[in-house]
Amino acid sequence: MVTLSSDSRPIIGRGPPLWAGTFFLTVVSIVVMVLDHRGGYLDTARLWMSAAANPIYTVVQAPYQAWTWLTDSFADRSRLRTENEQLGEQLRAARTKMLRFDSLTEENRRLREIREASQGVSERTLIAEIVNVSVQPFRHMVVINKGADDGVFRGQPVLDAFGVVGQVIQLGKSTATLMLITDAEHAVPVQVNRNGIRSIAVGTGEAAKLSLPYMTVESDVRRGDLLVSSGLDQIFPAGYPVATVTKVERNANDTFATVEARPLAQLDRDREVLLLWADKSPVPAPEAAIEAVKQ
Amino acid sequence: MSVSDGRISRLRVTVTVIIALIFAVIPLPHWLDIARPYLLLLLVIYWSLSAPRIAGLMFAWLCGMAIDLLKGTTLGQHALAFLVVSVLTHKFQLRIRIFPLSQQTLTVLILLLVYEALVWYTDGVLGYPVTTWARWMPVLTSTLLWPVVVGILDTWNRRSR
Repeated sequence: MVTLSSDSRPIIGRGPPLWAGTFFLTVVSIVVMVLDHRGGYLDTARLWMSAAANPIYTVVQAPYQAWTWLTDSFADRSRLRTENEQLGEQLRAARTKMLRFDSLTEENRRLREIREASQGVSERTLIAEIVNVSVQPFRHMVVINKGADDGVFRGQPVLDAFGVVGQVIQLGKSTATLMLITDAEHAVPVQVNRNGIRSIAVGTGEAAKLSLPYMTVESDVRRGDLLVSSGLDQIFPAGYPVATVTKVERNANDTFATVEARPLAQLDRDREVLLLWADKSPVPAPEAAIEAVKQ
Repeated sequence: MSVSDGRISRLRVTVTVIIALIFAVIPLPHWLDIARPYLLLLLVIYWSLSAPRIAGLMFAWLCGMAIDLLKGTTLGQHALAFLVVSVLTHKFQLRIRIFPLSQQTLTVLILLLVYEALVWYTDGVLGYPVTTWARWMPVLTSTLLWPVVVGILDTWNRRSR
């Protein structure tokens, strides 16, 4: 039995009748839902209201941040030393790769000039931290600590050191919500890196599994193939690694093969992700292409 | 029944709501995350029974809106479901609040089922259907949590009255 507060008289019979309030708020809810669902008319409202949610995120974060700070400041010397050595090694390896990369970039630029193609890829990135809060248990979404104030926009591609992570779907002033590529509502247009076959990698709602439902039985795809983004969606720039193929099942009676892939990005272990501003190289206009052919 | 009494109740409602909001987003291991009880909804029911003039329809609606914001769902979805639960609670407030605890828990179970069915339905309408049985787990855990919530809040209410 619920203990009564000092004033536990019912609200029925006082103020506007119960049905009036119910009706009014129901209509408001439905209008808000429609506006929010159909093309984000409430983006600005969400932007400001999410600022109110920030203190709650901060409170939830605090113990984790304190713990990280503590472990960092009391980390013992030998561990730091080994970590330092490892990092140095990685840096050397990365430098060597970069040398080759520089020359390749230069070569790429020259080739593009010869072909009179549009400008190359110039990109800006920003590191964002994943906020340690749980959103919806059946969706694959995370909150990051960068938002509209940092120039983040809806539909922005997000990467980590290994591959494509997902895209921004909701914006706050200083937070943003990402949808990961494994979410059942998400799809990335991809290309098999080996031979350029295009397809779409659809999330399955399971961690570490993408499915490629539109690969025909005849298409040349093998276990272990690297899938890179094809850039056809104008969201993810072309050429970023997305996943490796883990399973190909061909049944001669079907039109499509069953192809599954594992995302390369460490979706469940990431602490930091990379926001990407890509210069969308515009698709060359038909006239320009014709001119190029004439010359 | 003085002005300060009302103010204390208001403070109490605010404090519990903030705790429930934090509880709603605190990271839990996956198996617990699926079964995370709807603490805020239980509080809305409790305060609608115990202090209906403070926790009215608008209060329930705003709580639902806060959940929508924190969870990143379509705005208004949980607000609507909270509103329906709150209306039912207010409608039968005089009866539910004097039920013995067992009967009250059953009533809460029915309210939670209505809530989950509504959220499920709107999920489907909006195009994010989640049809696994696991989505009904929170209804069960929330029902089990109800006696605990009542126990704690009743003790608190009685002591500081």
